[in-house]
Formats: sequence, C-alpha cells, structure tokens
Amino acid sequence: MSIVPISYYLVLSAILFGLGIVAFVVKRNIITIFMAIELMLNAVNLAFVAFARAHNQLDGLVFVFFVIVVAAAESAVGLAIIITVYQNRQTLNLERINLLKF
Amino acid sequence: MFILNHLWIIIALPLLGAAINGLLGKNFSKPIVNSVGIGSVALSFLAVAEAVREFAQLSADQIPWIKTYFTWITAGQFKVDFSLQVDQLTVVMLFVVTFVSLLVHIYSTGYMAHEEGYYRFFSYLNLFVFFMLTLVLAANVVLMFVGWEGVGLCSYLLVGFWFLKPSAISAGKKAFITTRIGDFGFTVGILLLFWTFKSVDFVTIFKQLVSGSQDAAVPTGVLTTICLLLFTGAVGKSAQLPLYVWLPDAMEGPTPVSALIHAATMVTAGVYMVARMNPLFSRAPVAMFVVALIGALTAFFAATIGLVQTDIKKVLAYSTVSQLGYMFLGLGVGAYASGVFHLMTHAFFKGLLFLSAGSVIHAMSGDQEMPHMGGLRNKIPITFWCMFIATFAIAGIPGFAGFFSKDEILEAALSGPLANPFLWILGLLGAGFTSFYMFRLIFLTFFGEPRYDEHKVHVHESPYNMTVPLILLAILSTVGGWVAAPHLIGGPDYFEKFLHPVFATYAPAAAEAAPEALESTGMMLFHALTGWPVLIALAGLLVAWWFYIKSPETPKKLANSLRAPYTLLLHKYYVDELYNAAIIQPLLWISTNVFWHVVDEGVIDGTVNGVARVARESGSELREIQSGNARSYATWVVIGAVGVTVLMIGLWGMVR
Repeated sequence: MSIVPISYYLVLSAILFGLGIVAFVVKRNIITIFMAIELMLNAVNLAFVAFARAHNQLDGLVFVFFVIVVAAAESAVGLAIIITVYQNRQTLNLERINLLKF
Repeated sequence: MFILNHLWIIIALPLLGAAINGLLGKNFSKPIVNSVGIGSVALSFLAVAEAVREFAQLSADQIPWIKTYFTWITAGQFKVDFSLQVDQLTVVMLFVVTFVSLLVHIYSTGYMAHEEGYYRFFSYLNLFVFFMLTLVLAANVVLMFVGWEGVGLCSYLLVGFWFLKPSAISAGKKAFITTRIGDFGFTVGILLLFWTFKSVDFVTIFKQLVSGSQDAAVPTGVLTTICLLLFTGAVGKSAQLPLYVWLPDAMEGPTPVSALIHAATMVTAGVYMVARMNPLFSRAPVAMFVVALIGALTAFFAATIGLVQTDIKKVLAYSTVSQLGYMFLGLGVGAYASGVFHLMTHAFFKGLLFLSAGSVIHAMSGDQEMPHMGGLRNKIPITFWCMFIATFAIAGIPGFAGFFSKDEILEAALSGPLANPFLWILGLLGAGFTSFYMFRLIFLTFFGEPRYDEHKVHVHESPYNMTVPLILLAILSTVGGWVAAPHLIGGPDYFEKFLHPVFATYAPAAAEAAPEALESTGMMLFHALTGWPVLIALAGLLVAWWFYIKSPETPKKLANSLRAPYTLLLHKYYVDELYNAAIIQPLLWISTNVFWHVVDEGVIDGTVNGVARVARESGSELREIQSGNARSYATWVVIGAVGVTVLMIGLWGMVR
C-alpha cells in the first residue's frame, strides 16, 4: 500500500480553509459564521497533523491538542455571547447587529 | 563689624518692606503702609550709617571689603557669586541712595495721600530701593546687572503707576524699551568681559589689568570694545544722546518717582557703572573720548531744549539729561571723582527741585504749565525758598553744592589730563543755558503777577511731611559741596581724596602729572570765583531776569524774530518725530506686513491649520471603515491575514 502524499492532505486542508473563509465572510447568521471559524481551525489542524506525520515529529500533534482545547473554550464563550445577543436583539442576523460604529 | 559682615541686611530690609506692602498692603490702613514703607528704608539708612562707621575703621588693605554669601551660578568656568562689595565709591552711593530714598518716601506720604493704590506705590518704591542697593553693592558685573534691570523694571512700574492714563502707560513702555536697547549693549559687554578675563568679579578683572605681563596684556581694541558696549548700557540708563528720549516722557509718573528714580538715583546708575569700571575705561582712550563727547553733547543739547519748555517737570527732565551729560563729561576727561561728586550734589539739588516742583503742582492742584503760574512766592514760601536754593545750586552760583562739582568738571575738561577745549566750550555754554532756564523757571513760577484764576485754584503750602524733606535737601544742596571747598584756596579736595583709592589703585601707570602752577591763595580763590563757569551762570541769571521780570515782552519778540530755531527747540529738535519715522514706522510696517500677515498668518498659522486639516480630513475618510457591520470587519480581518501571509512568504523567499 502506497503512502498518500502529503500534498493531498495540504490541498484538502486549503480547500476546507477556503470554504471556511468564504462562509465566514458571506454568511449572515452568527452561528453559521461560528461554524465557519471551527471549520478553519480544523483545516489548520489537518495541516498540522499531516506535517507531523510527514516529518515524524510530535510538535504538530501537540499543537493540535492546544488548538482543540482553545477551540473548545472559544465555542463555550462564543455560544454564551450568541445567546446573550439573541436575548437582547431577538435576531442572529449580523446585518442588524450594527450599533458598534462611530 | 556686624553690618559689614551682614551686608545683605541693607538690601534685605527694603525687599521685606516691598513684600509686606505688596502682598498684604491692600488691607492695611495708611499708617501701617507708611510705617512699613518708611520704616524699612529708614532701617536700611541706619544700617548704611553703621556700615559707614565700621568702614571708617577698616585698614586700607581691607578695602574693597568683599563678602561672598553663596554661589549663584556655576557653569564650567563661568562662576557668579552672590557677593557684595564696599569701597569708597559704594559708600558714597549707599549714602545718597538711602538718604534721598528716605526723604522721598516721607514726602510721598503727603504727595500721594489721596491716590488709589497707595500701598502699591510704596511697595514699588521699596522694591526700587532694593534693586538700586543691589546694583550699588554688587561685587560682580552680573549681580550688578540684576540690580540694573530691576531698577528698570521699577521705573516702568512707577512711570506707569497711573495705569488708567494712556500717556502714562506708553511713557512706561517707552522708558522700558529704550533703556533695553542700551541694555543689549551692556549684556554683550558683560559677555565679552567674561570671555576676555574669564571672570565677572570687579576685583579679579582689575587685578588682571594691573598685573598682566606684557604678552598677556589685553589688546586695547578689545578693551575699547568692552568699554563702548558697557557705555551703551549707560547711555540708555542715564538718558544720554541718542537714547535720552524716554526720560522727558517718564515725567508722566508721580513726581516723587521723578525725584527719586529719574533724577537722583536710577539715572545715575550709568555714571556709577562707568566710574566702577574706571580701570577699564582708563586703558581705552577712544572709549574715554566717546564718553566725554556724548556727555558734552548731551549736556549742551538737552540744555537748549530746556530753554523753551513750558511744563515745569519737562524743564527739570531736560535739565536732568543735561546734568547727567556733565557727569559723563567729567568721567570722560578722567576726572572720575568730579563726575561722582556731581552725581552726589545733583542727587541733592535735583531731587530737591523735583520735590519742590511736586509741591508747586500740589499747590496748583495738578497744573504743571508754568504760563499758568506766577506770583507763587508769597503763597508757598517754604517751597519757594527751597527751590530757590536748589536753583542756585544747579546754576553753579558760588557757595552752593552744584558750583563745586560743576566747576571741577569744567576745570578738568579745560586743563585735566584728557582736556579738550571743544568739549569745555560745549559744557560752558550748557552751563549758561542751565542757569538761564532754571531762573526762567523760578521767575515764571514764583515772580510776577498770578496768571491763574485765584477763585478757582486754591494755592496752599504743602503739609509738613512734604516740606521737611524739602528743607533737609535744601540744607544739603547748600553744604553738600563744601567738602571740596578747601580745594579753592589750594587745600585738598576731601571728596576727591576720599574716593582716590577707587580710582587710583588700578589706574594705568602714567607719567606724573605736571605740578600745578603755584598761585597765592587769594589769587586762586579769586580765579575760582570769577572763572568762566561763574560768569556765564551769572549771565544766564541776568538774561532770565531781563526776559521774565524786567521786560516780559522780550521773549515773545525774540521768539517771533527767531521763529525757525525757536520752533526747532520747542519741538525738541524733532527727535521723537525722527525716531518715529526712521525706526518705529519701518518696524511697524515690517511687523504688520511681513511678520504678522506673512510669517504669523501664513507660515505659522498655515502650518498649524494644515496639520489640523490633514488630521481632520484623513479622519473623516478613514471613519467610513468603521461601519458597524461585523461582516465588513470580518472581511478586513481576512484581508489583513492574507496580507500578512503574502508578506511572510515574500520575506521567506527573500531570505532563502
């Protein structure tokens, strides 16, 4: 069985990351944007793991654990913020949450 | 030795008085203001008297007596101590300053009795005494300069004392700015002095002059430059040509101020300074000649202007300018002691003249025009007699103080070591004019028929606190010159002898003066009493008598037949107009059209406003970014991230 070349993983990671960016910029629902951020994080995780495997080093794997921990914390805080926003504004549409300006 | 060890007491007392009256005086009653104001100066006078007593016990090698209290400035080689110095010259000045100040303070309690800001007046006067004493006592030229500027400040404050009167304000500014022109020269002179001698202490500098070996000697050119620069300061402060214009205007101030500052003390600071710097001046013949020339010209021209003035104080002002000219003439021909002697006698009789004029003005309820007076002789007899004595003194009538000093100066100008017949003639003519305008003043004011409305003007003699100072000064105007009297009959001039160490210690080694031709005592007295100065003074008296008593139409006729010179004199040679056209107007034009409209409005305002406009407009463009739309923020974040990535890849590529 031949080894899958690292470039495959990297291309997949880039595609996932690109999708995340597009969704992040285009989508209007905060929860969708939140999911886009998670997608980008996991795309990066994939790249880390691929490099770690390719170079036979543990550094990338350690990084991945850190990212997962931070992402978990981030989702907890983020979801709490989203709930609060919804309670205050009765909407999750980003276009309508626009008071923070000059 | 208490006071000599604590010289600071002399100057601290008036400062204390100024501080108390100036800071707290507003709530004081008049007696308290009086006792603080007069008391501080009186104590200072007593301290000076004690200092003189102690000074008399010093041995010759202890003089000059220098006390250093603390170091004021150190910067590299430049070191200035707060140190005070007493020598014979200082003693004379201390005595004159504190004594005349004391009398003027007492006089002011009467003259200023009904003025607003009574406490302010006394505070300024005390402050003036403080600075004047600092100037006189200073042992180095920088500390002297402090006093020098301080008296200028007080002069400004006191000339503009009635600050609701526009003419008083502009006169104060004129006095301040005109003397500042001279002070610029003085400052540069001080710097050059330090640069040359690496010290600012009088004694250190003078010692270098004497002991300097041949190749270390300072070039005469440098000395001349220093002396001329210092003299520029004296020209401004002592109101000599061409900077005398401020002094007549300074008469806008209260009359006691004119007497104290603009006659007796401050304006003589220039004379004092030149006398103090005599070792420098003695080694710079050109500077000496300039001093004498300026002095003689001023003595002459100011006297001619005085001939036709009608304001009683203006006459005295031009007379002051003229008499200061005599002092410089005396200094310039090498007769330092005579110049200082005239300074002292002038302080007495000119102070007296001004205070008497103040008393006349007081009696006339504020009118200063002599054509409105006349016949005041019997109404205000004390003032009349005092002023009469002062007039005799200033005119140089034998026996009165001015005679001795002026005679000495003219004698030195004619036959002294640096004699110059041309300057002597100028001085002599000036003396004749002096006698004429002073007796003209007396005759117009006190003789003849009253020309004022006797129902409207209630002429009254001044109160005692004004007449007592007059009487004291009248006594001094009479006897003040007698210390030099034995000189007339071949004896020593005690004043000259007293000051001799100041002017001889560091004098350049010169050939011994030729022994004077010996005359019999009687002949010397006869010559002194019938010399040119006396004759011309009597001539002035007679002409004034002829013009203003015998045939009062003559002056008018003369003025009509000599219209052009008369107008020229009446307008003071158009000097003010000339300065206005030649200096003030161009300055105003440049200030308005270049510095105001171009530099200030264009460059400075333009820069400031331009910076503000850039900030404002870039701000109003950039604030569009902050739309409040979170998605646009997200876009910016992405753009930023992509930018950073591209940059990093680019840099990585470059490193590789």
